[in-house]
Amino acid sequence: MQIYLPIAEVSVNAFLLLGLGGIVGILSGMFGVGGGFLMTPLLFFIGIPPAVAVATEANQIVASSFSGVLAHLRRKTVDLRMGTVLLIGGLIGAAIGVVVFNYLKSLGQVDLLVKLCYVVFLGVIGAIMFGESLRAIRRTRRGAAPARKRHGWVHGLPFKMRFRTSGLYISVIPPVLVGVCVGVLAAIMGVGGGFIMVPAMIYLLGMPTKVVVGTSLFQIIFVTAFTTLLHATTNYTVDIALAVLLLVGGVIGAQIGTTIGTRLRAEQLRILLAVMVLVVCAKLALDLLLTPSELYSIASGAGGH
Amino acid sequence: MLRLGFLLCLLALPLKAEEVVLGLSSDKVAITATFEGLEILVFGAVKREGPIPETPLDVVITVAGPSLPVTVWRKDRRFGIWVNTDEVRLDAAPTFYAVATTGPLDGVLSATEDLRHRISIRHAIRAVGAAGMTEEARRFAEALIRIRQAQNAYQMLENTVSFDEQTLFRTEIRLPANLTEGSYPTRIFLTREGRVVSQFETVIDVHKVGLERWLFTLSRERPLIYGLMSLAIAIAAGWGASAAFRVLRQG
Repeated sequence: MQIYLPIAEVSVNAFLLLGLGGIVGILSGMFGVGGGFLMTPLLFFIGIPPAVAVATEANQIVASSFSGVLAHLRRKTVDLRMGTVLLIGGLIGAAIGVVVFNYLKSLGQVDLLVKLCYVVFLGVIGAIMFGESLRAIRRTRRGAAPARKRHGWVHGLPFKMRFRTSGLYISVIPPVLVGVCVGVLAAIMGVGGGFIMVPAMIYLLGMPTKVVVGTSLFQIIFVTAFTTLLHATTNYTVDIALAVLLLVGGVIGAQIGTTIGTRLRAEQLRILLAVMVLVVCAKLALDLLLTPSELYSIASGAGGH
Repeated sequence: MLRLGFLLCLLALPLKAEEVVLGLSSDKVAITATFEGLEILVFGAVKREGPIPETPLDVVITVAGPSLPVTVWRKDRRFGIWVNTDEVRLDAAPTFYAVATTGPLDGVLSATEDLRHRISIRHAIRAVGAAGMTEEARRFAEALIRIRQAQNAYQMLENTVSFDEQTLFRTEIRLPANLTEGSYPTRIFLTREGRVVSQFETVIDVHKVGLERWLFTLSRERPLIYGLMSLAIAIAAGWGASAAFRVLRQG
């Protein structure tokens, strides 16, 4: 069934959108990533104008994250305190990110920057996670207890705070900084930032994997809601019809994903996410490296990225 | 197909021996939620005072979408990766353009007449782009045509107009589903030996209706309310799915 999207001004198959939403929703629930870094390129691919895709995607992530967070809240796997600290950093970061984004847009190279950001971050994070999860799996096979609770430089900082759900007593500076970094990147790359935050929480803050997913989703809701409003009021690019179709698939997918997530072991979950991140990274890197079949591209006068 | 026979223009121009009487299957296109594109039937007749002349007539029909500014980028390899390096801004290029003819375009229309009436896709763009286009800029314009032709937004439909007894002509032009709102000027030219002997112009009005119209207007005029509504729907959907799944698991 074809459906005409009022803001995007294109006609697409409704079931295709429901399916896309569902798949990305499952990933979102499983890994605690918003799924924007997968969905946005997919929407470009089916012919949605980039500016509309980015803005609408933010709105859809609100729905799937909210659905996911409710499931996690019931299981008490959301560290609200940590989430709030991250969120404060995230909003500061998002504000900085928007300024940086607009400056680069005036230079005319924002597309390239966005893609390079993706390649570098996805590549580095994917590789680190992949290596670490492999080692962890080998360790558990050998039966040795995983080495946890290392006391690094993170524990020497002031303003310590107790995060009971995560079982941490650390300074608030690292989480705020993580939030700021994620916020900046989220604004530039047009995604929720979960795929950066999840590894940062595990490896930098040393949070238990169980709590990481719910907490990440909690923070993503607010950052993407903020982004949606920003896009709706400044660029008029949020397509509500597109969002509804994606989120119907998305929220159902998120519930299924959360259930799958609790059945898998933490290392398996991490290695799957690492593989997925690396695949997207490879695809984007190839686009930059290989000679494109069409050297020219059209950007409509309205702008956006 | 619904034939809202709009037989327009019976303007008596005494000097012209042959004139177009035009019909359109619809002169208003309503974009609804399930809009899948539309075949527009353009038909009509040649009205004559005297007998049919010896040399045959040809018919050229063009349908154009609203013109919007367009920036075309070209990539180049820098430091091993492909980067957008050059850009050309065209002040306006039609979002849709179709040319249908009774024969090969260069056969039914001379180059000068093509240029004067801006009939072929190339001229339709150049007419509204940079005035004295350089060789370089022309390459960008050609790229724009190539890309839009691949998307079916620009259509070259040679030999698709049927022309019976030098009098009755008809053709079908398929408007794609991703139409832009606005007026679509539609022109019919009668040509003989490459020269335009008569022309006629009308407009197809394309606009959104119903829910599509309402959402579009709301998003432009009350963006904050529209944004908040989007968020409310998102959160309600998220909560709804979560609650539904809990019931499912318990039941």
